[in-house]
Amino acid sequence: MDTIGVGSLQIVAITGFFSGAVMALQMYHALASYGQMGKTGQLVSITLVRELGPVLTALMVAGRNASGIASELGSMKVTEQIDAMRALGTDPVQKLVTPRLIATAVMLPLLVVIADFVGMFGGWVISHFNLGLPSKQYWTTVWQALDWTDICQGLLKPLVFAIVISLIGCYYGLRTTGGTQGVGRSTTQAVVAATVLTFVLDLLITKIFVSQAT
Amino acid sequence: MAEGATSILRFEHVHVAFGGVDALVDLSFEAVEGESRVILGAAGSGKTVLLKAALGLVRPDSGKVFAFGRDLTTMSEQELFDIRSRIGMLFQEGALFDSLNIEENVAYPLLNQKSIHCPPEQVHPRVVEALEFVELGSTLEKFPSELSGGMRRRAAIARAVVTEPPLVLYDSPTAGLDPITAHTIIALLIKERDVSQTTTLLVTHRYQDGNLIANFRYNSKQGILEPAQNGNGRGARTTFMVLKEGRLVFEGDQDSLELSNDLYISKFVKQRE
Repeated sequence: MDTIGVGSLQIVAITGFFSGAVMALQMYHALASYGQMGKTGQLVSITLVRELGPVLTALMVAGRNASGIASELGSMKVTEQIDAMRALGTDPVQKLVTPRLIATAVMLPLLVVIADFVGMFGGWVISHFNLGLPSKQYWTTVWQALDWTDICQGLLKPLVFAIVISLIGCYYGLRTTGGTQGVGRSTTQAVVAATVLTFVLDLLITKIFVSQAT
Repeated sequence: MAEGATSILRFEHVHVAFGGVDALVDLSFEAVEGESRVILGAAGSGKTVLLKAALGLVRPDSGKVFAFGRDLTTMSEQELFDIRSRIGMLFQEGALFDSLNIEENVAYPLLNQKSIHCPPEQVHPRVVEALEFVELGSTLEKFPSELSGGMRRRAAIARAVVTEPPLVLYDSPTAGLDPITAHTIIALLIKERDVSQTTTLLVTHRYQDGNLIANFRYNSKQGILEPAQNGNGRGARTTFMVLKEGRLVFEGDQDSLELSNDLYISKFVKQRE
């Protein structure tokens, strides 16, 4: 949990801050065409909570932790430590996969919540200091834009992504063959698969929520 | 072998293949209680696969593997844990857990093998005893990466024998080691075999290792190795096997091995010259 959660905090916060800031900047100018600049906070909030927060955080964790899990377990596999574990009476799935799955499933939603708030803060920094929007207006629209389905969507996605990212890291790690070259191959495959699946699952979950809303 | 000796490990027409490439072909043999079995073979001849099949880590495509009278090929992974607690295994490179120190590594089977039932207060003394057996009593707090190759191999031997298993499998224990360290490792194997009266399977590509195992015994009074003089001819308790491309091409005593005219077999015997 420390490696996955605390270890990823910095990169997730930086990603969240700049995502929110860029969103504010882009949306302000897009909304200016309709004279609706006051709704910048609303768009930043919805985009972050529903999409950018979960997806970007998942991508950061996929790049950082799916690769870490795959390389760690892959190294154990090629040095026969996994076989040794089985020979010494331990189920590698129970000992190695389960803790990583639980740690990722607990930490990724928390990281997403942090990324969302930091992103909103980034949006406020740009809106207030660069675009001249009143702080109260920004935070009011940010708050009022969200309803419970957004929160649910924003927390369900990272939970699903966490399961996929950790299992993919473990899967590619535990089926590593071919020495150190194989470890590198597994690591790359894990990151690619986790990234692609994050986008695919994001679309599926969004589709489900959109269908229910209409 | 003595008539009526208890069968510890038996392979019956075992066939293992990986991706269409045969690793073991129609392999049959039986190791009995107290026996030492030296398995020689070139790289890729199936020696490691044989040991892994004996532990149930590799499932044969056909044939049967019996350990302590139980058929491993029909057992679930959970059932295999019970059998594995009675088998010690030294992996080729030691396979010590990088993230654990030496004490934790050696304590691992005592703490994790459910059928061992080692009281918590006895774990530390047994770990110390096992490490002192391999002359590594001062390395408890060290991590595997802080030890030399020979020391790692010795620590792995301590982990393999800490539960005092009746059957111990050694996978190329001297591979990649200098001659002096290799001799030390084989001396430890002989000591373990003779002190604990274990059945031993030694996989190696070095005939010298098998020669030592067959012809020396541990004198526990003087704490040294000495030539075996049991009056039953040399290497009476040791059987040699030679594997070639997954097939068993020789099984017999050391005299028969040395008299073999087979070119492949004689290559191993000539190594010592």
